[in-house]
Amino acid sequence: MIIAEQKPLKEIREMIAPYKKVLVVGCGTCVTVCLSGGEKEVGVLASTLRLADAVDGNEREFVEQTITRQCEDEFIEQLRGNVEKVDAVLSLGCGVGVQDIAAIFPEIPVLPGLNTTSFGRPSEQGVWVEECAGCGDCILDETGGICPIARCAKNLLNGPCGGSHGGKCEISDDTPCAWALVYERLGRLGKLKTLEEIKPAKNWSTAGHGGPRKMVREDLRK
Amino acid sequence: MSFEPKIIAFCCHYCAFAAADLAGSMRLSYPSNVKIVKIPCTGRVDVIHLLKAFEKGADGVYVAGCLEGNCHYIEGNIWAKKRVKSVKKLLDDIGIGGERLEMYNMSAAMGQRFAEVANEMTERIRQLGPSPLKRNLSDESNDGCEETCSTETPERSTVEV
Repeated sequence: MIIAEQKPLKEIREMIAPYKKVLVVGCGTCVTVCLSGGEKEVGVLASTLRLADAVDGNEREFVEQTITRQCEDEFIEQLRGNVEKVDAVLSLGCGVGVQDIAAIFPEIPVLPGLNTTSFGRPSEQGVWVEECAGCGDCILDETGGICPIARCAKNLLNGPCGGSHGGKCEISDDTPCAWALVYERLGRLGKLKTLEEIKPAKNWSTAGHGGPRKMVREDLRK
Repeated sequence: MSFEPKIIAFCCHYCAFAAADLAGSMRLSYPSNVKIVKIPCTGRVDVIHLLKAFEKGADGVYVAGCLEGNCHYIEGNIWAKKRVKSVKKLLDDIGIGGERLEMYNMSAAMGQRFAEVANEMTERIRQLGPSPLKRNLSDESNDGCEETCSTETPERSTVEV
């Protein structure tokens, strides 16, 4: 899923300061699962902002709505009734959601309530870890299902580096060395031999270095 | 006119609410400022419930659950403790003040302690004064909160969620 975390309250309050009526929009997909922008978080944020405004004597109204996905036009259309009544939209979706709402309703400011951080999964309750960098050229078949692009601090293709110690990365003892994990996994699979092959430099043009990426399926297009 | 705070107490069914019941049976008096909201377990108390209590006009809020290690639902009171801690920080950040919110633990046999906590919290909020929200709220805007913060039906006013 896409991982995102709420922006600091101070930053959100500064963004909404010029507006008198704000629609707080949640997304029922990834950010609901990472507990950052679902219906519940919309309720808590709107309540917090109402309290903060009441303390400061600001007159501002908040409307709350959560849609199934903020990254598909059909769901965003469901916001139209509320969007027409407000001065700004505060999106608790990922960066895609914010942009898609802005594209559908270009006449109204759409503000990001979250910082979108990564593609990942919950490793335990309350902890989310990055596991995919969306590089566009997956090599997980060669690395035992451990991604060195996302999980090695240096994105090494021929690791580990000299900073690997006791299975940990030199950047932090909380961070496992991705290449130590690769070594251990390939050992279990009986494929350690594959580590003897030197991998050539990666083609990064698929990773966004060649501009924004687009997937086209002619068989599905109208 | 002296300030009388409105205080909401989220009390769990198995311990704190039973302690409140015992306090009544023991004929212990505690301030009528405290309005009890009965919940199955303090683990049911979410951040939004605590914020809504303040939004609707409470001057102070506390959550009272079983003693740690004795929760009927194993660890509901531990979750409540974490949520209270995070909301206290939030209240500090927005200028309401985290000291207006507290977590207490007591067993069903601690009727005396229930009354002490009610007195302690009422006295604390009296010292702190009215919620900062009230400086900017008109009387009309408080009308919608009778269910949780009316002062007219004291001791026997319990609401179940």
